[in-house]
Amino acid sequence: MEVAIIDYGAGNIKSLQFALERLGVTGHLTADPEQIKAADKVIFPGQGAAQSAMIKLKTHGLDAIIPQLKQPVLGICLGMQLLCDYSEEGDVNGLGIIQGKVRRFSDQLKVPQMGWNTIFEMQTTLFQEIKDHEFMYLVHSYFVPLLPETIAVSTYNKAYSVALRKDNFYGVQFHPEKSSKAGQQLLKNFLNLTT
Amino acid sequence: MLTKRIIPCLDIKDGRTVKGVNFVDLRDAGDPVELARQYAEENADELVFLDISATEQKRKTLANLVLKVAAAIDIPFTVGGGISSVEDVEILLQNGADKVSINSAAVKNPALVNACAEQFGSQCVVIAIDAKQINGQWKVHLVGGKVPTEFDLFDWAKEVAERGAGEILFTSMDHDGTKEGFANQALARLSEEVNIPIIASGGAGKSSHFVDTFTHGKADAALAASIFHFGEISIPKLKQELKQQHLAIRI
Repeated sequence: MEVAIIDYGAGNIKSLQFALERLGVTGHLTADPEQIKAADKVIFPGQGAAQSAMIKLKTHGLDAIIPQLKQPVLGICLGMQLLCDYSEEGDVNGLGIIQGKVRRFSDQLKVPQMGWNTIFEMQTTLFQEIKDHEFMYLVHSYFVPLLPETIAVSTYNKAYSVALRKDNFYGVQFHPEKSSKAGQQLLKNFLNLTT
Repeated sequence: MLTKRIIPCLDIKDGRTVKGVNFVDLRDAGDPVELARQYAEENADELVFLDISATEQKRKTLANLVLKVAAAIDIPFTVGGGISSVEDVEILLQNGADKVSINSAAVKNPALVNACAEQFGSQCVVIAIDAKQINGQWKVHLVGGKVPTEFDLFDWAKEVAERGAGEILFTSMDHDGTKEGFANQALARLSEEVNIPIIASGGAGKSSHFVDTFTHGKADAALAASIFHFGEISIPKLKQELKQQHLAIRI
């Protein structure tokens, strides 16, 4: 199976590659549109700020490529947020695959949210064999509110989207590569997706 | 609900763990990778590696170690010790560290905090602060707590948060090694005055100390070294006890 990890300088990619390796798969880090289009699965990682990420994506023309992909795509953390059409972080437009606005957590909370939180109301086979209220590792200052595309929920003061799906595009706010066995199960489920 | 984190800290010198560790199941207790794997198995929430070596090969040795740890474990880990430039941070992140902990270099060059946050994101910038009380004032200390500065703990914490730090690791030199509990008053004040997560460090001796620091100290995470390494408190048992006290804990 060919797995492409979209390369746009998104920070710690090694952990993701190692997590895939533990599942017997090689994640190819690439910014080459042809290689991305030809992959069986595409992972869209993300760390850092939305604005600089969008600039880097545009530099490689990836902002136009990603929404056209037909194979299963998994956005992680900022990668999930950028599937939406707008982010308050840097007042920037995302890829617009999902209609939704990324918001900043209230200043009444510790920001970033950092650590292990529970997820629930999970839908789709992406969460197969992952128990309700499983713990996942999160670190983020911005969040996606609940949307029709929400396929898992978590709470930080109030409920928000911890996973999204539209057609072949999936996104998770948590880091599966850092979420122990449950995270590994999620990556395994993603690799098993057919659409 | 976001859970309180338990973080074992491993001191590293020339790629090996220092301070004795007393894990009977380990083939090589000096191997940080094997220890890391053991702690991850025991449901530690994160790990911190603090490199105390001072050799010329330090950078390379540490980067190699980070790569091996990233390959072996699937929980987050932070690396600190002598990090003094954006390049140092970049090497560690590229090799698989999730966060870096910066201490003295931030005091000497506060703009480093901004530079790292801008380039890599606040989520990976942990500012470690060692402080102790001098005439009732919490003063920031450098070089493992040996050298006092004029910096006030709370002012400095606020400053690094404004500069883009994502988390503060506060070690009370007054409490470190005493095993009589964390500096909960100062920790609670930090949590009230600073809007980023706070890791409590220094003073862990028994389970109730963790309860106290999560409740009275309002800490988001608690770090300890020797009590875990010597098996004085096992992490699974500690976490069960914390859960019984109705704290949000990942079991």
